[in-house]
Amino acid sequence: MKKSTRKFLFQRFFKLITLLIALCVVTFILMELSPIDPVTAYVGASTKVGAEQRALIAEHWGLNRPPVERFMAWFTSILQGDWGTSMIYRRPVLEVIGQKFLSSLALMGIAWILSGIIGFILGIVAGIKEGKLADKLISAYCHILISTPTFWLGILFIMVFAVQLGWFPVAMSTPIGVLAEDVSLLDRLSHLVLPALTLSVLGIANICLHTREKTADVMRTDYVLFAKARGESSRSIVFNHVIKNVSLPAVTLQFLSFSELFGGAIFVEQVFSYPGLGHAVVQSGLRGDLPLLMGIAIISLIFVYTGNLTADILYRVIDPRIREEVKA
Amino acid sequence: MIGIREKTILSISVFSFFFAAILIAGSLIKEDSLYVELSNIFAPPGGGHIFGTDWVGRDMLVRTVKGLSLSMKIGLLCSVASSLIAMVLGVAAPLLGGKVDIFISWLIDFVLSIPHTLAIILISIACGGGLQGIVIGVTATHWTSLTRVIRAEVMQIREAEYTKLSRRFGKGNLFIAKEHVLPHIIPQLVIGTVLIFPHAILHEASVTFLGFGLPAHEPAIGVILSESMKYLTSGKWWLAFFPGISLIAVSMMVNSIGKNIERLIDPKTAYR
Repeated sequence: MKKSTRKFLFQRFFKLITLLIALCVVTFILMELSPIDPVTAYVGASTKVGAEQRALIAEHWGLNRPPVERFMAWFTSILQGDWGTSMIYRRPVLEVIGQKFLSSLALMGIAWILSGIIGFILGIVAGIKEGKLADKLISAYCHILISTPTFWLGILFIMVFAVQLGWFPVAMSTPIGVLAEDVSLLDRLSHLVLPALTLSVLGIANICLHTREKTADVMRTDYVLFAKARGESSRSIVFNHVIKNVSLPAVTLQFLSFSELFGGAIFVEQVFSYPGLGHAVVQSGLRGDLPLLMGIAIISLIFVYTGNLTADILYRVIDPRIREEVKA
Repeated sequence: MIGIREKTILSISVFSFFFAAILIAGSLIKEDSLYVELSNIFAPPGGGHIFGTDWVGRDMLVRTVKGLSLSMKIGLLCSVASSLIAMVLGVAAPLLGGKVDIFISWLIDFVLSIPHTLAIILISIACGGGLQGIVIGVTATHWTSLTRVIRAEVMQIREAEYTKLSRRFGKGNLFIAKEHVLPHIIPQLVIGTVLIFPHAILHEASVTFLGFGLPAHEPAIGVILSESMKYLTSGKWWLAFFPGISLIAVSMMVNSIGKNIERLIDPKTAYR
């Protein structure tokens, strides 16, 4: 058991390394193909910098060396922890990412937990009442949500809750014109509610439909039939049979959704002007800040991979069937 | 009375008709029917303009249909291209086996481990934005799930008696792929292509909304929606509401077509 776990973890770690190297190569090639000129992106639209100085900057950065040599230089400095300087924030990339990631994490974390809990409960309700009105309503709701673009839902929420009703602020993570140290927790929270809600509403559909299927499957099994025959109430059937069987797949699925969560965060942060990692992606993409963009790509891969790995480990640790299989 | 199966067929044909109607209507709309009418800007929905008018008095219904048809064409192109990739890789992986299979599985994991939106943005930047970037970006990220489905299917066919027999007779991989494998996976391919479409069209609109896809002068649905962001706080709700609802309607319609075809093809579910 111990040995197989170690082997499993080692394999996963090795795979992560191959994926990261591939990602570095692919993003480097993509950025190489892009028509963005790093020197222009760096100096901006300023005309004060002449062609000669531009050539000097290019020379200093080694832009006229062959691509393979440049890739190796970039790659070794990434390995050494020097991810370059962000051109739009004028600070080291790692520092920018660290700061932005923290505020994104608050947003994504809340949305992730909310969508998991609500989706799970709705899914169980729909699965038990399969074919009844409650099931049809919940399923219809989920099918609509699956086809809804995140950003549009954000726009809708702004229109209804921020503009018409005026319950929440329209954008940003803090009130405008207030110093960072004066921002109260309540302010921060009220700015977080709408984006987190938007992000969680979309996650609900996935987990809910999945849980519904699983619950309906469990309800059709012989042991539930026997439990009913024994006279167990629906309540005790749910707590004794359904939740035990359904929760593990649901939790794993929730960990596998890190990729969609990150993608959704890009749109939500853009719509609400929330200063997180997703907002930084769009800004760096639009303004040609290649070091930051490549840095975020690497971080996002690690983020998604952590989610997938957690799901795998959960399965192996919790599910006795898979655990026994590994042993044998 | 019509039977369950006929109902499914009817629903498929009605939705397909709507789909074709939007596609054709949108393509027939010329630039001059989107005339600027400055005396009638920001007209709320109702009267002559069901969807209202925008900041230069253009009819939002006409703009929405035109935008939808453009997005749908891109979506069609992307879903067909991704399912072609899925077909080739999904058939090749199990038949060639060994290292090729491992590599293709790794490739799927690689594409899945980068958030789709981020990948599309990166590819779109590499292509310098525009139509080309978005088509390549969406195609490159949407083939994975169908490839997994087809790969699993082909693995079973590979173990079937007739395939093994064929191999003993000295038939090559190409023959087996063409004669034994392809006929079996055509239903999966058709359903897969239809079901990729909603994702493709949503991703296209989303990335265009962010400003990485089609340029701002194209009549795309993402452009219309990102334009509407400017008038959000002044209460011009119809600018964002109707185009968004139409986009959702189209993607749900296609999703339903795909699900219904799936039900029809499988005899276990066709009469349920």
